[in-house]
Amino acid sequence: MSTEDAALATFREQIRSWLPEVCPPSLKPGSDTTPSAEDRQAWLEAFAERGYTTPTWPKEYGGGGLSKQEVAVLNEEVTRFGVMPPGVSFFGTVMLGPVLLEFGNEEQKQKHLRDITFGRVQWCQGYSEPGAGSDLAGLQTRAVRDGEQFIVNGSKIWTSMADQADWIFCLVRTDPDAAKHDGISFLLFDLHQPGVTISPIQLISGQSDFCQVFFEDAKAEASNLVGPLNGGWTIAKRLLQHERQTLSGGMPGGESPTPKKGGASEVPAPTSPLAEDARAYLGTEGDRLADPALRDRIAQYELDKLCFGLTLKRNGQEAKAGQGTSAASSMFKLYASEMNKRRGEIQMSTRGAAALGWEGEGFSSNEIMETRGWLRSKGNSIEGGTSEVQLNVIAKRVLGLPD
Amino acid sequence: MSLVLTEEQTLLKETAAEFVQEKSPVTHLRELRDKSDATGFSRALWKEMSELGWAGILIPEEYGGSGLGLSEIGVILEECGRTLAPYPLLSTAVLGASALALGGSDAQKQALLPGVAQGETLLALAHQEKPRFAPYDIALNAKATSDGFELTGEKRFVLDGHVADRLIVVARTSGSVGEREGLTLFLVDPSASGVGVSRTNMVDSRNAANVRFENVVVTADDVLGDADRGADLLDALIERGTAAVSAELLGLIQEVFDRTVTYLKTRDQFGVKIGTFQALKHRAANMFSEVELSKSITIDALRAVDEERPFRERVVSAAKARTSDTAELVTREGLQMHGGIGMTDEEEIGLFMKRAKAAEVTFGDGGFHRDAFAKATGF
Repeated sequence: MSTEDAALATFREQIRSWLPEVCPPSLKPGSDTTPSAEDRQAWLEAFAERGYTTPTWPKEYGGGGLSKQEVAVLNEEVTRFGVMPPGVSFFGTVMLGPVLLEFGNEEQKQKHLRDITFGRVQWCQGYSEPGAGSDLAGLQTRAVRDGEQFIVNGSKIWTSMADQADWIFCLVRTDPDAAKHDGISFLLFDLHQPGVTISPIQLISGQSDFCQVFFEDAKAEASNLVGPLNGGWTIAKRLLQHERQTLSGGMPGGESPTPKKGGASEVPAPTSPLAEDARAYLGTEGDRLADPALRDRIAQYELDKLCFGLTLKRNGQEAKAGQGTSAASSMFKLYASEMNKRRGEIQMSTRGAAALGWEGEGFSSNEIMETRGWLRSKGNSIEGGTSEVQLNVIAKRVLGLPD
Repeated sequence: MSLVLTEEQTLLKETAAEFVQEKSPVTHLRELRDKSDATGFSRALWKEMSELGWAGILIPEEYGGSGLGLSEIGVILEECGRTLAPYPLLSTAVLGASALALGGSDAQKQALLPGVAQGETLLALAHQEKPRFAPYDIALNAKATSDGFELTGEKRFVLDGHVADRLIVVARTSGSVGEREGLTLFLVDPSASGVGVSRTNMVDSRNAANVRFENVVVTADDVLGDADRGADLLDALIERGTAAVSAELLGLIQEVFDRTVTYLKTRDQFGVKIGTFQALKHRAANMFSEVELSKSITIDALRAVDEERPFRERVVSAAKARTSDTAELVTREGLQMHGGIGMTDEEEIGLFMKRAKAAEVTFGDGGFHRDAFAKATGF
């Protein structure tokens, strides 16, 4: 065993003995008591104190300072332990945090990063605007400097979970006379203040995970300007890269099994949840699904999922070897969204009239959930940059096609 | 499980790229076609390729090969796909060499493999009988006699069958057409009495033959592997062949895609580069995704076979389905984006389209492999 492997093995042992020590009994597998808010908080703090909610961030800002291999070990052990890890703000950990680490000043890092790690502040993203949409740089929300503050006026839309957020990282126009991309700044401010109104938007799925947010003379401390004044576009783009990577990472991996030590018997046979679903609704002829057209669509979907998972993996390996292109994240965002929509359509097709339930009796809760999921999936190719925007990015940045 | 080429594979790929681009560019295939070359490739060049070790990659060292894997021959096939090099890598170096290496007796290996590795002996798999690929639809009859068998029937689409020194013939010794049981593979000398080889002219200008067998006498020594249980060996050959064709298609796909993107950047229309048109940009970007997916799955399929991974038939079918469908997409879009010139014989896009179609058909197209993939996934 190399020194590196030995260190990882020691780390694994530590995690394995640490988890049962700090996990409140009510959260442990098999517990029949409902965990209290205090227990959930204790579980969160145990993780946060070691920086494990943001495991790759530097220790000085509350992170875990772990290597990728250590993070993998941590995740494996948490999965093995069988208790969900504590959740902290997705927008804080995945999007704002990395950007602050790269572009923030020392004071901003000290002020915000630890709060994200400990889940003390919920963040939301103020990018899209009613008049701008995909034309992100067409945003009109104004921020005007007034002494040690900025005064913010305007409106943001499609702001995910703004109604549950405490702070916003927001793109604002600070120079209306400059060229479109050159007059934008990246500003952080508190949503709990007079002048901020948040109204949820109901979607076709019946959910309302987006909001519209209105600012009327809202105030932001000037010290919360990240990066240079009017230099926000670069930061915005970097953050979008993190976002795309995360959105495509949500796709189920399509990796083919590699034999483990001890022989082939340890590798589970490949399955398809979509096909299992179809089997239940349509039945089979011999060992095939009864509907050959649907069978072909499912096969195409599963096949593409496998290829896509391998491509994500290859891209990661190439990046490690210094061969990757960062613009490829657009391709992953594009493909993951389109595949998710395809999956929804196949499920609807499989279920026929059983897919038409909205609420109440006559349909299983799973059927209703999947139907709403199908409707929700239509947003996948709109949010986080439409598929058309991703295609433009690929054409320009990867293929180098002219403007 | 790595999806990045090793240093050795990268080196092999670079050598292959340099070699085929210099000695067998697309114009080489065109010349052979235009003068109706009887062999369909240059034997001298095949000898040179063999000296580089290509013919013997899958042959064990004790028989004069290098004992490497499909991943290694895959990178060479990929480069050959980029220039449409019409060389007997699939027929001889993959299918023929594997048939002997996996199923041959020591005497059979001794007799043939060193010559194969040196580029002197050519082999061909005589398997397919019906137009659409169906692995067990074998009617060619091998009737048992007192001291051997008599083969009667017909094979089509025998790749490099017109120049092969030995044919590997899949015959039925029992059972009925469509059944997996009852198949036997034979080594047959095409100069034997009763064998009639006629070369076909295919759309891709590559080399294939139809072969007729009329009471062709073979002995028990000519059986390759186990009599009546040849399907295991046949499956292994088809698996390797399928992964190998995917690799060639991958090279073709990348070449056509690269050429098309270059064309979009250089062709002026309406006073601008046509690559500025969003209708074309989006289609090009979509193609890019499919090309990347094709690449990942092909690398994985080649490795899955080398590693003898469980359930690898699923990955191999995914690779052939993806590369077949992507090849259809990029050649169709590539031709369309080249406009009128794409329709001409002078422009090379059409040659790639023709080869893509032939390679799609070889060992089953996208639909065939989606079906196989579904079966391998249990539905």
